[in-house]
Amino acid sequence: MSGEWVDILLAAILVWIARRAETTADLFTAVVLFIAFGLLMTLAWVRLNAPDIALAETAIGTGLTGALLLDAVAHVTGKRRRRFERRRPS
Amino acid sequence: MSKGHLLIRVIAAMLASALGIGLIAAIFALPRPMVGLAALVEAHLEESGVRHPVTAVLLNYRGYDTFLEIAVLLLAVLGIMAFRPVGPSSLHRARIDSGPVLAALIRLIIPLIVLAAGYLLWAGAHRPGGAFQAAAVLGGGGVLLRLTGAIPSFRSPNPWLRIGLLLGFGVFLVVAALPLSEGLRLLEYRAARAGVAILVVESALTLSIAAILVTLFIGAAPSRMRSAPSPAAARPEDNSAGQP
Repeated sequence: MSGEWVDILLAAILVWIARRAETTADLFTAVVLFIAFGLLMTLAWVRLNAPDIALAETAIGTGLTGALLLDAVAHVTGKRRRRFERRRPS
Repeated sequence: MSKGHLLIRVIAAMLASALGIGLIAAIFALPRPMVGLAALVEAHLEESGVRHPVTAVLLNYRGYDTFLEIAVLLLAVLGIMAFRPVGPSSLHRARIDSGPVLAALIRLIIPLIVLAAGYLLWAGAHRPGGAFQAAAVLGGGGVLLRLTGAIPSFRSPNPWLRIGLLLGFGVFLVVAALPLSEGLRLLEYRAARAGVAILVVESALTLSIAAILVTLFIGAAPSRMRSAPSPAAARPEDNSAGQP
């Protein structure tokens, strides 16, 4: 019985974090929320008896994608205006 | 004016709710799939060369899908390399995090990452694990090394990296084509040799996917970009980085 409550709680938190990540105005916060979402998604995959996908989700979905997104945020917030003007014609 | 808006909103909410309820009802009305493939997979597990059903499906029964996946990854990295802006190397401008704590942590953690990747690759034969997971762990280690400056950025990949990128696809292609010479079909392994074939393919895939993931990370950075991942907001001391 307690397992079902864990599942329901997990699903509710996942939806809540996804909503927060979508609606937050700050890009950095959104990326951190996305990473948290990925980690909780790993738990969800484990609960679904899919450890293979859980491993891939942690490593690729959270680790590498998170690093790439953080990189992109640093890039976007750092030199937004100059980059934008230079990229515009292409 | 506001009343009309309210009416439109109420109507829209009702329509959206009706659509949502209809979709939920449709999900419950779907017939359960009649064909269960799990039993079939279990029945032929002996011939597949591995003892873990997921690995058996990925590299034996549906090896063609995995083959196309590595081809897609290779195409993605080729595309990124092709669109890399030409220009001065970003090496001397790159902001490398050179803190002693991070350096010590990296020194500790990289051997563990390699060990974990090797274990995941080996474990794929009989329990959850496999080439993609092992490669993702290795790739994460590569990204860490890049962030501390141990791996330099590059203007174009050197021959070793090119070989590494192509290795998985090439080895998979050769192994997949070998049965053709014996009159079998593409990817049709003999039961006796399936285990070796899968091990070879998975090892090559691990190296290649790790190389591809790290190259995606390094190659996606435009030239003259600082490579520290934290945004300026979180690291005030970096505010002046790269400013003219």
